[in-house]
Amino acid sequence: MKRSKLSQILAGVLVNAVYEMKNYPIVLISTVISPLSLLAVVTFVSKGALFGTAIEGGLIMTFFSSGIALQSDLSHLKNDFKLQDMIVSSPTSSRVYMSGMALAEIVYSLPSIAILIALTGIYIHPSLLQIAILSGVLLVMFAISVALGFMLSTFSADVVQSYAFSRLLSLLFATLPPVYYPITYIPSPFNYFAYLSPTTYAAEIMHSATGYLSISFNMVVFDWAILVGVCAIILFIAVKKTRWKDV
Amino acid sequence: MGELECKGLTKVYEDHRKALENVTFSVETNGIFGLIGRNGAGKTTLIRILATELQPTAGTASINGFDVLKQEGKLRERIAIVPQEARTIRWMTAKQSVMSYLLWRGYPYGDAKRLADESLGKLDLQEYANVLTSRLSGGTKRKVLIAMVMASEAEIIFLDEPTTGLDPISRRELWGILRKLGKERFIFLTTHYLEEAEELADKIGILKDGQLVSVGALSEIRKASKYQYSIKLALNASIPPLTDGEVTTEAHGYTQIMTNENEAFRLAKHLSEQGTRFSINPVTLDDIFFLLVGQKARDE
Repeated sequence: MKRSKLSQILAGVLVNAVYEMKNYPIVLISTVISPLSLLAVVTFVSKGALFGTAIEGGLIMTFFSSGIALQSDLSHLKNDFKLQDMIVSSPTSSRVYMSGMALAEIVYSLPSIAILIALTGIYIHPSLLQIAILSGVLLVMFAISVALGFMLSTFSADVVQSYAFSRLLSLLFATLPPVYYPITYIPSPFNYFAYLSPTTYAAEIMHSATGYLSISFNMVVFDWAILVGVCAIILFIAVKKTRWKDV
Repeated sequence: MGELECKGLTKVYEDHRKALENVTFSVETNGIFGLIGRNGAGKTTLIRILATELQPTAGTASINGFDVLKQEGKLRERIAIVPQEARTIRWMTAKQSVMSYLLWRGYPYGDAKRLADESLGKLDLQEYANVLTSRLSGGTKRKVLIAMVMASEAEIIFLDEPTTGLDPISRRELWGILRKLGKERFIFLTTHYLEEAEELADKIGILKDGQLVSVGALSEIRKASKYQYSIKLALNASIPPLTDGEVTTEAHGYTQIMTNENEAFRLAKHLSEQGTRFSINPVTLDDIFFLLVGQKARDE
């Protein structure tokens, strides 16, 4: 029998996103609430001045939280339904399983991504170069959070802990750091703490690319280096430490 | 015809708990093999190693010539498992559950859809095809899980305690399904219901504290048992002196004597002459199991 990798990826997308959205349409609303409510708060408090950075912040939060959500979702499927055990003993590889599940997280966030992309087009009018930069940053952010999420899920044996941890990571990396507004709004010495989060570098690149933050070219290069470096390290650790088969 | 073969399988977990110790046996991969043992005997550990989910500490195993460690990729194309405590995903319908499992095995979408319908049909689940599994009864959910693996091409199916928690009627329904399935594929199931193993399995393995203490068809296990006959008499009846055999239980309102054929007939004659009411039967799987794993288990 010829097996299709596309089918295997599609299974993940259907199980972890499409079927849930189709059978419980209420989840469509809940997925857009979180990034858009913060966007609204920042926009209203700044009297509209930070609308542009807040849209970009919304995108960063959505992509990062989507990847991190993989941790609790996979842990839920693994521990509560024993799905991962069924998949391990099947022709699906861990990489294909992870790809399908990661793609599902993006599909699950499509409503908020669509709104944020529409707002970006209407309000920021990005050029092709800016679109490429924003997309690149978001993809790297997503890769970091997916690798982190998948690795943590394989160690997790308690879904309650997983959900709590997932929320904590989203808060620490996507809500607290200056992604909805420029880092210049954070007074010293707190701005130094912000640099502990990779999302701060992502936001700096995006904010500067669209003209909301003025930083030197060297600083942009440094931000990219940090972002790509963190991504490479986390992917490396994830590949080395992730447990597919139990020991 | 293929074979499932374990050689010296040992598993010691990271917390130093020994779950399996030098398990060695082989069975033909046709029909139904039932693995029985008490909770914690190592049944799930063994089934998870064979289903390529768990790394053994020592030893090897192969199924139909495929090594579970060195050829796990090839083996995974031929096996499927319903793990212990597996549950259907509550936000999916029965059909979506079966279809997604087939997609994960690499079936094209159209084939997955067709085979899901066929499999649900075989198990009389058509009426639940588009019902969310969260609304199904426990027995029906379990049938959906069986439909998932049954719809696949897997020729070896592992079922870890497939009927635990089901009511007697659902359990018997599932037995009927498994009996049919066992005619087409090899089923390796674990259970702690002895009646289930006796009813379904062509061959039985008995695990005790991580060691396989007996394996074979029930008739072979009975033959190899220390005693072949069981005599039951009222608790207050006087027990004649035994030359061979043992009083295995003195609870539940009767005394049981397990013994060999000659001694059983001698005792029967003696009891008849005394006018004592008694029953005499060949030992059941229950008797053998309790003899092997210990009387304490029966009292519990």
